[in-house]
Amino acid sequence: MTLDSPSVTSVEDGSDPSPIGDTAALAGARSRAVTDERDRRPSSPFRQRLSRLDNRLSPYLYVSPFFLLFALVGLFPLLYTAFVSVHDWSLLGGQGDYTGLENYRRVLEDRYFWNALRNTISIFLLSSVPQVLIALVLAGLLDTQLRGRTLWRMGVLIPFVVAPAAVALIFGNVFGDRYGLVNEALQGIGLEPIKWHVNTLASHVAIASMVNWRWTGYNALIFLAAMQAVPRELYESAAIDGAGKVRQFVSVTLPLIRPTLLFVVITSTIGGLQVFAEPRLFDTQGLGGSDRQYQTLTMYLWELGWRVRDLGMASAVAWLLFLIIIVFALVNLAVSRRFGALGGRR
Amino acid sequence: MHTRKTRRARLVTGALMALTLTMTAAACGGGDSDDETADGKIKLTVATFNEFGYEGLIEEYNAMQDDVVVEQKKAGTANEHQDNLYTKLAAGSGLSDIEAIEVDWWSALMEQSDAFVDLSDPELDGRWLDWKTEAATTPDGELIGYGTDIGPEGMCYRADLFKKAGLPTDREEVASLFADWDSYFEAGRQFVKKMPKTAWYDSSGGTAQAMINQTEYSFEDEDNNVIAADNADVKAVFDTITANAADGLSTGLTQWSEDWTASFQNDGFATMACPGWMLGVIEGNADGVEGWDIANAFPGGGGNWGGSYLTVPAQGDHPEEAKALAAWLTAPEQQVKAFEAKGTFPSQVDALTDPALTGATNAFFNDAPTGEILAERAEAVPFIPHKGPKFADINTAYQQAIQRVDEGKESADEAWQSFLADVERLG
Repeated sequence: MTLDSPSVTSVEDGSDPSPIGDTAALAGARSRAVTDERDRRPSSPFRQRLSRLDNRLSPYLYVSPFFLLFALVGLFPLLYTAFVSVHDWSLLGGQGDYTGLENYRRVLEDRYFWNALRNTISIFLLSSVPQVLIALVLAGLLDTQLRGRTLWRMGVLIPFVVAPAAVALIFGNVFGDRYGLVNEALQGIGLEPIKWHVNTLASHVAIASMVNWRWTGYNALIFLAAMQAVPRELYESAAIDGAGKVRQFVSVTLPLIRPTLLFVVITSTIGGLQVFAEPRLFDTQGLGGSDRQYQTLTMYLWELGWRVRDLGMASAVAWLLFLIIIVFALVNLAVSRRFGALGGRR
Repeated sequence: MHTRKTRRARLVTGALMALTLTMTAAACGGGDSDDETADGKIKLTVATFNEFGYEGLIEEYNAMQDDVVVEQKKAGTANEHQDNLYTKLAAGSGLSDIEAIEVDWWSALMEQSDAFVDLSDPELDGRWLDWKTEAATTPDGELIGYGTDIGPEGMCYRADLFKKAGLPTDREEVASLFADWDSYFEAGRQFVKKMPKTAWYDSSGGTAQAMINQTEYSFEDEDNNVIAADNADVKAVFDTITANAADGLSTGLTQWSEDWTASFQNDGFATMACPGWMLGVIEGNADGVEGWDIANAFPGGGGNWGGSYLTVPAQGDHPEEAKALAAWLTAPEQQVKAFEAKGTFPSQVDALTDPALTGATNAFFNDAPTGEILAERAEAVPFIPHKGPKFADINTAYQQAIQRVDEGKESADEAWQSFLADVERLG
């Protein structure tokens, strides 16, 4: 297959006068395909045939690497995990007998599964909600005429570049129960130290703050990109109508970046429900504390697979987690639809 | 419309297949080997955890021959090392040429003895203490690992804090305080009365571990049936340790946690059970702290905590070279050097009488004759506790239960009940 296909603006088969922009290019390609069909002659020369094939096939070819890779590293593991989850399967011993849904039953009967689900949702809420809100405000502030704009904008991305393991190490010192930075500060001003690793809610807050520290800047940059696409005239007219900065942000910026908002909410939901590195590295045992008070679903999966060495049960957890994420994503979608994020102009 | 769709689908499928083939070909062609250096020497990796004291030895080995270049991969904790080992054993690739294995996990891995090269070699018969080799021999007589170190336990203490609390500080006199667990805990009660801000020992978990290691059958019986729930010895250790915590003898911290590491610098505690390999850990964590010493005594007689083996995974590309390296590293002369470097106490018979070992002193521990002390502590070990395939898992649950009491999350009774539930869950 050759890659020197005619560019999308070629008018070889008399397509419409092309407007600019990529939607137009797509439309062009579509209408070309239609004319193509109409023009077909039984004895068309080889070249023409090839170019027609090219036109039709190239778009698929261009996107195919992603789907091929997805099939290899996404779909295959997904299906294989499903296969493992209905078998007795030990980490070192390998495949055992077919057991049907036995692994799922054992997982659903295990109190640590429900405990992990509670922790995951709690950490997810404590991280995703403030994260999106702070990122929005941060992006709004970065979208102004600051001196050294690029510096500030790049600055918010720095935490994202730091490896999670290093983040966990730093925050481990900050949130030490006895000799941690926060507690020493609290004691310095006469307050009771907080048992960050013992108290369930405190541990969730500490872990969520690690997640937030890492992801807020990243999300802020995505919001910033969307905000810069908002036509400046709208702000001018809003200003003329007497809207202040806050009012402009709420009534102009937010409605216009809704699709991006939806995107960030969905990606941070998926990420938030899979949180692993931060709680895993929050102590040295990696089981989520003495009472598993911060064991998340992915950590529970890991414990079953690598400590208990039962890959069958671990795979069942993986599938349950997959289903939970789908449910959450659908709820997100439904909620956002209601608010018209996707229903509007496209 | 319908035919057009199917035709298109056919074309797409064809194109995808062509692309897949191209990509596969590229992937195969692009592979270059990572087990050779640029000048064609074989590269061997040795994966260890904590401190094995191998840094100097590896340099020495690299300098003395021209065929092999050795590299060490160090993991921070035994757990971390173990997770990596399991994952890559299961995957069937990715392990180092030599993998260290800690004795607590040994029996779970002995069940997978096919994954390791048989290292038996008549020339090496009698190199190690008998019990060390026996534990590494399969029922078929294959030797799966070469012993590195053992963990005969002495008791380390802070002489400066002892002095402040009015306790004796001299090594000999302190030894009598540590004669058995009762006298040790009693001294602790006196100590914390005088020094309420400092705990007696470093962690409940570490002390419980030391006591469990003096129990021949703790969590599993000789046929590897789980007996943890009904074993009176296990319950007795649990009760003693949780009662001590209530009296303030324990820091309430878990070993290897950030707070635990920091407590070495904050006069957090006055004593800790210390096998040979722990000396290096204490020296590192307590850097700059003066007053550490080690007594030639251990409550309850003697005990062994940890110790490791070197194994050669069968999945490696150079089993012969790896075996030769493992044999060299675990030779008495080399293990004595490792002892000098990091205090890991050798498991080799000849090393125990090596003047370099028996004459060794440790400046950090007030010039204590550590070689002599640990050699005597090794002789005092009455037996090696039985650790079956579930030992590590149950021990984790046991340690967590003790930790829950330390942290005030559960009462001792509640923690014991939930430990029983955990044991049940592990099956």
